[in-house]
Amino acid sequence: MLLLKIAATHVRNRMRQTVVSTLGVALGVGFSVAMASLMEGSQRDFMTTLIEAIPHVEIRDEQREPAQQPATVLYDAVAFHGLRPLEDLRGIRNPTEAIASLREWVQGEFAQRLSGQAVLRYSGQDIGMTLVGVVPRRELAVSKISEDMRQGSYEALDTTANGLVIGRKAANRLGADLGDTVILTSAGGIAKRFKIVGLFHTGVTTSDEGLAYAPLKAVQILLEKPNIINGISIRLADIKLANAVATRAERQLGYKAISWEEANEGLMEAFVVRNAIMYTVVGAILVVAGFGIFNIVSTIVHEKARDIAILKSLGFPETDIQQIFVLEGLVIGILGAIVGCLLGFGLSSYLATVKFEVTTDIEMTRLPIHFSYLHYVLACSLALFSSGVAGFIPARKAAKLNPVDIIRGAT
Amino acid sequence: MIPAAATRSETAGSLLEARSLTRILPAVVPVTLVEDVNIKIERAEFVAITGPSGSGKSSLLYLLGLLDRPTAGDMLIEDTRTGDLSSADLARLRLEKIGFVFQFHFLLPEFTALENILIPMQKLGALPAKSQLEHAEGLLADLGLEDYLDRRPAQLSGGQRQRVAVARALANSPDLILADEPTGSLDSKATEQVFDSLQSIVKRQNTTVVAVTHDMELASRMKRRIHLVDGRVDYDRVQP
Repeated sequence: MLLLKIAATHVRNRMRQTVVSTLGVALGVGFSVAMASLMEGSQRDFMTTLIEAIPHVEIRDEQREPAQQPATVLYDAVAFHGLRPLEDLRGIRNPTEAIASLREWVQGEFAQRLSGQAVLRYSGQDIGMTLVGVVPRRELAVSKISEDMRQGSYEALDTTANGLVIGRKAANRLGADLGDTVILTSAGGIAKRFKIVGLFHTGVTTSDEGLAYAPLKAVQILLEKPNIINGISIRLADIKLANAVATRAERQLGYKAISWEEANEGLMEAFVVRNAIMYTVVGAILVVAGFGIFNIVSTIVHEKARDIAILKSLGFPETDIQQIFVLEGLVIGILGAIVGCLLGFGLSSYLATVKFEVTTDIEMTRLPIHFSYLHYVLACSLALFSSGVAGFIPARKAAKLNPVDIIRGAT
Repeated sequence: MIPAAATRSETAGSLLEARSLTRILPAVVPVTLVEDVNIKIERAEFVAITGPSGSGKSSLLYLLGLLDRPTAGDMLIEDTRTGDLSSADLARLRLEKIGFVFQFHFLLPEFTALENILIPMQKLGALPAKSQLEHAEGLLADLGLEDYLDRRPAQLSGGQRQRVAVARALANSPDLILADEPTGSLDSKATEQVFDSLQSIVKRQNTTVVAVTHDMELASRMKRRIHLVDGRVDYDRVQP
């Protein structure tokens, strides 16, 4: 307490410099907190959008490794030449049974799909599309497509045998509108008329211009794959289980199962890099604030050389002298951290209210801010560490001062 | 704590003993401040260290007070050799046994007179907080400063500051007070007050006072006088 009292007195008696240094730390902490809140907010916002837009686990009619040929299995051969590989029929076999076996241990919603390529034609114009055959009720349980609907409805696919839901951008390119009849032609040359019953806008151009939904039966007919699906989408009750579910499902069914994390591996890595950059910048800000503290404590040490000699003559050991000046750095650091937390909270709260317009399709939006006590803990810890180091360097110098030299200089 | 037993001297009795004490300032041309000083100081002595400027009076005082380390020789406090002690041990000895009074009071400017006296007491922690306060107030009252407890050094006269410095030196009831020109910056009235204070400490508290002074008249009023010339003891005599 005595050392703290001496340290606090030194700091209090240099009010102007103390305020400036405290503000330096406070700005560092405040901006760090606001920046971290914004960065994590945007990351979470993006992830939420992403997770809502795609299935948590997607099972495809593919294998990670090429299927073993019968000759390899029968003769245990290392390599064969001159044999034509067996053509395997694509698609998930016994989809109803496969889904039922997953339901036994997976908590969530399931939807089956058949995707394929088709050409959409209207008024003499063609667009290549990825056509997805769905069971609308099931699809709505695993995706948030209904929220992206701008005209018509997704549920209309249930009541319209040849209904079609496409992106509004695709419709605009063709000049088509809700209620118009378009022609879809498969790669096998089969053409079929569909009626546009809904238009969506996701904000993702590839989907808005190149994705179409139709009833599963109609698509199976068009693509000549009766009773076949090539994908099962799963929306999990607990998203954290995505990787585990994908691994087990793949082992169980033999088809490639991809979790949302695996599907967006590159993006996840980008977030790690982004966070590393952010925390480096935050650290740099606080190191700069530390220089301010270093400056003031160094000045105090210089000015208080006589007091150091007095304290040593009174019987204060070097460790006490060192502690006094480290405490001075920490006092400034703590004050700065407290003010900085308030500033950070204020800034974050203000940023959360800022509205701006992204595109004409999305209405006014706000900056995504995520409030987390961890941001405050991290910024304060860095600030205190920086303050401690900034105080320690001049403190060590102070402790080493020879009192006799100072007393001689004063007399 | 101080590892006393291991460094006990064979000769016992003296409060302070300097054995062949030498201090050389390292430089391109080394400067000898104190050379081969051998003195013993007993309890309740009132000793003046005199000598011309540059004779090594203050340097000897800093060595006696364990503020500086000798280049050669050793210092003994109550028969405890100090040469091998760590700086932390020396600090502890200063805190417990030695009080300093400097020429320019050397009070902590941001603290009041009372706080300046309380600081060494709080550091030692030998007394409970209430007793510390009572003791500090008593010391200031004894020196006629009972009305100046809450004044900062800048609000006190030179004589008052120096008396506060004397009170601070007495705070932990040390065995030894070392004063470096305690009246050097004071007028004659203040000089008398401070000198009387030091004299009464010797008489009333059985404390040893060693004072460096230029003032021959003051030195003549002390019981013993050690005169230095060129860092060596010229004479060491008890005065009538």
